[in-house]
Amino acid sequence: MTFRLRLLPGMTATADGVFAIGLGLLNPVVLAIWVIGLVLSPIPALGPEMLGVATTVVRWRADLERRLSTRAGVPIRRPYLPPPAGAEVGSARWLRWIITDPATWRDAAWLLPGALVAMGLSLITVAIIGYGLIGVLLVPLWLFLGDLRFGYGIFWPTAHLAEGWLALPQGLVIVALGLIVAPLTRATHLRFARLFLAPTRSAGLRLRVARLTVTRADAIDAQAAELRRIERDLHDGAQARMVSVGMTIGLAERLVRRDPTAALKLLAEARAASTTALVELRHLVRGIHPPVLAERGLDGAVEALAMALPVRTDVTSHLPGRLDTPVESAVYFAVAEALANMTRHSNARSAWVALKHADGVLFVEIGDDGDGGADAERGTGLHGIERRLNAFDGTMAVSSPPGGPTVVTMELPCVLSSPKI
Amino acid sequence: MLLRDGLTRLLEAFDFDVVEAVDNGPALLPALLRHRPDVAIIDVRLPPTQTDEGLKAAIAARAEIPGLPVLVLSQHVEPLYARELLTDHVGGVGYLLKERVSDVEQFVSTVQQVASGGTAFDPEVVAQMMARREPLGGLTTREHEVLRHIAEGRSNAAIAARLFITEKVVSKHINNIFAKLGMPPSDDDNRRVMAVLMYLDAGPA
Repeated sequence: MTFRLRLLPGMTATADGVFAIGLGLLNPVVLAIWVIGLVLSPIPALGPEMLGVATTVVRWRADLERRLSTRAGVPIRRPYLPPPAGAEVGSARWLRWIITDPATWRDAAWLLPGALVAMGLSLITVAIIGYGLIGVLLVPLWLFLGDLRFGYGIFWPTAHLAEGWLALPQGLVIVALGLIVAPLTRATHLRFARLFLAPTRSAGLRLRVARLTVTRADAIDAQAAELRRIERDLHDGAQARMVSVGMTIGLAERLVRRDPTAALKLLAEARAASTTALVELRHLVRGIHPPVLAERGLDGAVEALAMALPVRTDVTSHLPGRLDTPVESAVYFAVAEALANMTRHSNARSAWVALKHADGVLFVEIGDDGDGGADAERGTGLHGIERRLNAFDGTMAVSSPPGGPTVVTMELPCVLSSPKI
Repeated sequence: MLLRDGLTRLLEAFDFDVVEAVDNGPALLPALLRHRPDVAIIDVRLPPTQTDEGLKAAIAARAEIPGLPVLVLSQHVEPLYARELLTDHVGGVGYLLKERVSDVEQFVSTVQQVASGGTAFDPEVVAQMMARREPLGGLTTREHEVLRHIAEGRSNAAIAARLFITEKVVSKHINNIFAKLGMPPSDDDNRRVMAVLMYLDAGPA
């Protein structure tokens, strides 16, 4: 088993090497397209279009390398700045975006040296393994092709057939050596590529700023929408009711001497209206920040949430302290949304929620035994959760194959404050 | 604060003896254990932490003095808390929304109900707890209704008035409920509490 395990990475690395040689041959062509695009770009109308095509080609090639590299265990992130909002392809702003992005130039600079290094290192691998294979096959080759006395390995030249047979073990050793070397040469050329293709420190920061801008805008939008909803609910609900309560009491005041019975009736009405107003306020408060969350923290609130579900839901939690209030609230509503989706769509008979905090990260898992087939791209609910969590650099993943089970995982970097008293 | 003073005045007006009014969490438990009151009325949220200290003190006090009657008040009701109050399976528990105080007579009768070992759960929390339950085995809709009113802390007379039936019919329903829940004839009050506990405690299958 260990043999196979060691053999497989060597073989995939060798195959990657062969593939890299082919891709390396492609690089000069890509570079040529880029140079042509760049040279033609000052031509009005046609030029920018050409540059756009050329850039697309270069980025496609660089992205391919990043994907292959990430798959091979040398992760490379995309460094490109997001396109300026509203700039049309080929416009001056769009051109400036392409030209001023250092990643564009680093991609171009990588094409030739990258190809040379990748091809050179891959050729070494291929040569070693090829030579080893010749050794393994030397005798049959000898027999089929006739005289091959030029020598192999430590025998030079190969004097007779017995020495020819000895090429077999030598060849095996050399193939094994090649399989050991292959992952190393692959890693080396990919690391070299990473020097060019990964975001630089400043590009990384710029990407982070771009991401923060988006999530901050989302967070502010969400907050503003929330405030509008609260305002509307108060305006149409409790506020309106309190006005009517005041009016009814005023009326009762005027009637109290003349018609005490009618006044009493009005007062009872006023009390009923004030009760309704309180019910509405309670619902509103629950939607803003559930009291049980303030009182019990995330684990208690999630347990209370699970209790109210029609589906049997087990909650296990390991949170030795309280989370910050904003995080707590975001995660609570995310869990609530996920559980609501579950009861609405999954036909599950049982479900579970697990909360855990380790190494400065909060892990939440919500699973059910329902039908599966939940899609984060389609469901606005799941998308909403993602936006909520993004504001805290949190992430969400949904695994929901048709037929179930569905598991929603959330991860959120955060600290636990004071341990529970 | 507002509610504490109001309640003190209200209870005194109905000839209750208010032995102590406490305004913070840490002082509550010692006060409960010292006075062993006939009934304690407790807010879930208390200073200084404004979390669930009142509830915790109520549960702790009942662990020390089993069956110490407590009526817990809150701005909102939470089935989770109701379950925690019920776990010791002893009567003398109430859990109401604060606004129920505004119906003064009903409130005072509820306080008496709890003081005498009964139960009084807010209609809202009962509704929430029942929303996802299978109905208790074998009870008719009417019997369920009666049992719900018992859980909410109403006397037979009050139930009769609510359902527009005579008290005699009410007690007939109640006896049927006891029989169906398999409760042997015994002290009526105790059976009422047990029936309510079964009603509220019966988790989903």
